Amino acid sequence: MLHEAGACVVTGDWSMQSLSAAGEIAARRRALARATAQTRWDLSALARLDTLGAHVLWRAWGSRLPEHITLSASHREIFTVLSGQPRAEVPRDDPDPLGWLVWLGAFLIEGGRHARALIEMLGHLVFDLGKFITHPTRGPWREISAQIFRIGAQALGITALVGFLIGVVLSYLSAQQLSTFGADRFLVRLLGASIVRELGPLLAAILVAGRSGSAITAQLGVMRLTQELDALRVMGISHSQRLILPRVVALAVAMPLLVLWTDAAALLGGMLAAQVTLGMTPQYFFGALPDAISQINYAIGMGKGVAFGVTIALIACHFGLRIEPNTTSLGRGTTQSVVTAITAVILVDAVFAIALAGVGLPGQG
Amino acid sequence: MMTPVITIENLRTAFGDHVVHDNLSLTVNEGEILSLVGGSGSGKTTLLRQIIALDQPAAGRVEVLDKDLSTLSANDRRRLARRWGVLFQAGALFSSLTVFDNVALPLRELRTIPEDLVRDLVMSRLDMVGLSASDATKRPSDLSGGMVKRVALARALSLDPALLFLDEPTAGLDPQRSDEFVALVRALHRHLKFTVVMVTHDLDTLLALSTRIAVLADKRVIACGTAQEVLQVDHPFIHTFFLGERGRRALAELAPEETAYGKS
Repeated sequence: MLHEAGACVVTGDWSMQSLSAAGEIAARRRALARATAQTRWDLSALARLDTLGAHVLWRAWGSRLPEHITLSASHREIFTVLSGQPRAEVPRDDPDPLGWLVWLGAFLIEGGRHARALIEMLGHLVFDLGKFITHPTRGPWREISAQIFRIGAQALGITALVGFLIGVVLSYLSAQQLSTFGADRFLVRLLGASIVRELGPLLAAILVAGRSGSAITAQLGVMRLTQELDALRVMGISHSQRLILPRVVALAVAMPLLVLWTDAAALLGGMLAAQVTLGMTPQYFFGALPDAISQINYAIGMGKGVAFGVTIALIACHFGLRIEPNTTSLGRGTTQSVVTAITAVILVDAVFAIALAGVGLPGQG
Repeated sequence: MMTPVITIENLRTAFGDHVVHDNLSLTVNEGEILSLVGGSGSGKTTLLRQIIALDQPAAGRVEVLDKDLSTLSANDRRRLARRWGVLFQAGALFSSLTVFDNVALPLRELRTIPEDLVRDLVMSRLDMVGLSASDATKRPSDLSGGMVKRVALARALSLDPALLFLDEPTAGLDPQRSDEFVALVRALHRHLKFTVVMVTHDLDTLLALSTRIAVLADKRVIACGTAQEVLQVDHPFIHTFFLGERGRRALAELAPEETAYGKS
């Protein structure tokens, strides 16, 4: 670009390729800014001009063609197109001062909708379960067994590992406290009651909610994206019967088994830690276990497993079916599903604790 | 005028034992609109993906804008990718970004364009493809099929590419939207003077836009030329594709302007 007394000759490459070099646009803009309204412009020697270059010049000229200008017909055409375009500003959304209120209202309404949809789903499921029991041969057995394998068998490793480590930690910390009171031998009783009744089911449920709950939601969500859900509906196959029922049944069956497995792993961890910290022999630990774990606590633990499993399956399916056909919704739905499932599991656990407060605990019943 | 922008020589593609292309050669010249046609499974989209370096051929040479794709360094590849735009079949808009941000993304990725210019360019591009300023804040999920294609086209064009690739540009659009889109591409082609490589099944789009047609069959290009030239070639695929009932109808509409094809 050359400036001569009152004239500006624009030459060279004004295309994306040369303008995208660092600092190039700023430098050319500084040079362009030296021109005045009376400047005569000469663009006839311009080698290349594309939309970016045209916009740089156009802005420098204040969005109109200068009075004194020499340019080729094809370049003039580019600027004619630009002048024909509305100078539209990007509409921006200003934050609403009452936005928090809108958000709160939307949150509550949305929560209500979720609760309603969940109850509807539960209703459907009860009907489907009735049909399943009266016509067991027509049930989705293959799907159920596949789900049990995926949710139950494939989760054995992670639940065992986590259960074992929690058992070790719990036993180690309790042993330190108990030994200061000389109450070492109560360790078995403490571990037995807390793990079987409370920790085992809760640990298994949280792991399954994170592992299988998210998988179920994502799978159903992708089926929405690929219109598989619509295809099922068109064929007259109910989502509830073919998709939800197998998952709920599978989790209801697999969860108590996983609870049992987690209990065993946690007790094993506790036993090893007890041997290391208190010198308690495995023989003693095993001998004391039957007294520490009552039948009723065992039953409560299993019952919790079933209840947690059904809760997780219902919530995961619910969020999966509500995913909208875009990628953001899929991520958000999966997160919501896992968070809600874990919260719900803890709520259900609290209900169990209150309802069964007087059952199976020493000193009370 | 006849400068080649894409040169493909002796290309071979195979998925396991299944050979898709064998000894395929094709040249695309500057400024033309070349259409790739062929039956399902003839490897049109695969060929397109190899030209834009998404897939690697098993053998052969692909040269785009004088760069050999197989020997390209990562940096050169990035630089080359700025000189082409691709319109994917389903649009492939980023669903977490607004229309504006989708079109602005390639510009912002350069990191050297000031934000005020980015805004000017994006709004100008949106206007060119027939979208209004109020569409700029919409999300891809709020757009109709035709609008998605327009936004995707605006995004493909946002870097002023020398080369534009269209994969089934009118698939999924109703005939009227499809005609509008064809007119839009033709107008932009006249203005911005890019070269177009297009994959399409739609005879109307094909005949309305292409300056040359390349027919893929028998694992290679069996014919390449204007519609009339291609029609002279005696091959079963060309007979069924162009001279079937649908083909005759589309050609009949073409006849007033181009009477030379002569035999039916």
